[in-house]
Amino acid sequence: MKKVLMGNHALSYGAKLSRVQVIAAYPITPQTQVVELLSEMCADGELDAQFVKVESEHSALAASIGASAVGARTFTATSAQGLALMHEMIHWAVGARTPVVLGNINRAMAPPWSIWTDQNDSLSERDTGIMQVYCESNQEVQDTVIQAYKVAEKVLLPCMVVLDAFYLSHTYEPVDIPEQKLVDKYLPPFNPPYKLDPKDVHAFGGLTDAKWYYELRYKIESAMNRAREEWKKADDEFGKIFGRRYGLVEDYRCKDADIILITSGTITGTARITVDILRDKGKKVGVLKIRVFRPFPTDKVREMLGGAKKVACIDRNISFGQSGIFFEEIKSALYNSSHRPPIWGYIAGLGGRDVTPETIKEIVKRTEESDRPEDLIWIGLKK
Amino acid sequence: MPNAKKIIWKGVDDMPEMAVSIASMRINKTASWRNLKPIIDYNKCKPCGICWKFCPEPSILLKEDGTPMIDYDYCKGCGICAEECPRNAITMHREER
Repeated sequence: MKKVLMGNHALSYGAKLSRVQVIAAYPITPQTQVVELLSEMCADGELDAQFVKVESEHSALAASIGASAVGARTFTATSAQGLALMHEMIHWAVGARTPVVLGNINRAMAPPWSIWTDQNDSLSERDTGIMQVYCESNQEVQDTVIQAYKVAEKVLLPCMVVLDAFYLSHTYEPVDIPEQKLVDKYLPPFNPPYKLDPKDVHAFGGLTDAKWYYELRYKIESAMNRAREEWKKADDEFGKIFGRRYGLVEDYRCKDADIILITSGTITGTARITVDILRDKGKKVGVLKIRVFRPFPTDKVREMLGGAKKVACIDRNISFGQSGIFFEEIKSALYNSSHRPPIWGYIAGLGGRDVTPETIKEIVKRTEESDRPEDLIWIGLKK
Repeated sequence: MPNAKKIIWKGVDDMPEMAVSIASMRINKTASWRNLKPIIDYNKCKPCGICWKFCPEPSILLKEDGTPMIDYDYCKGCGICAEECPRNAITMHREER
């Protein structure tokens, strides 16, 4: 069944189709409609889940972790300051190996207050061990939630499904909502190896001295490493059942491209259109969208960028004192690779500033004309 | 204890994914990091139960006649019992390792 949905409701439908059993969330612009719709679904008996109202985002994720520990499939959603408040609990969800799925609407961090999109909120959680997937369309948002449970429950790591504020969260697009029985076929019930159960007693997350802490961190990294393969498998199986695949990265006209643009989120669609315009003018340009950010698809990035003459990375985020964060990641993926094309790093669209085809044309032009790569270029800065 | 069994792990390949005790706290003793050990001098102790009330763990067990015993499997050696004992019947001694 096709419906016209806002990005936020695509998250809700993804959770509903995944038959989540517990939802704990606190409202924040621009995420509110995600849980608003889920609470309605619970109230109307459409969704057999416990909706836990909490007093903060920290509690929202804490409640989600607790529910996940008893073996419930659990969902939460937030944005910006809310995600920052969850930070401690994100480490906890990872260490406790609870596969909570968290919808995050990318919103710029305050101050100054902003409700518009950029990626510094989710990318600040880069090193916690939560998986991160950046979505481009509402269809992808819904589908990614379902895939996220499939992978997260397999490797026992939480997963963040990320979408741009307003450009996706509040934009209505047609979304194909699959039949529940097909989703049930794809996603079996959650059954963790250890759970909080009075009939089978275990203590969780207790004090662990240096004798085993190191090994437990290794286990998280191995799970992340396995997750690369699991994302591929989950996506392939999804494609077979539902006819849609997304990949860990998605390339668009990269094959013979001289310049490859690196994008994530909604900038990708704009970049694709710009590539078509530039290709018509004879410029060999392509786009590589990074969809799965954690685990980072290092091999795929090496393979896709291996033939490029130049790479231009567009970051809607910044690691102050360094560069764009995707730029850093791409650079570090290529450093030990045999072919290392020069990379230009562009900062664009912070705080929801529109990134238009004109912005992307300027990025391509600048990359084309430059013979020395630069780490940090502010595009469209008012002077 | 339905499924309780003590398991010694060799390494990453046979241990569980998360920090989880394989059994309840009855099997998982938690006193390995105690540095100071409380010892009750039963010549001084007139079983009043104050140590039992104050022990935060609780690692003081009472016999039927009210005589306190320290459960060294769980006592962390905080010394609160020694501090609170009105007859100074409990003293703290450095653990020998």
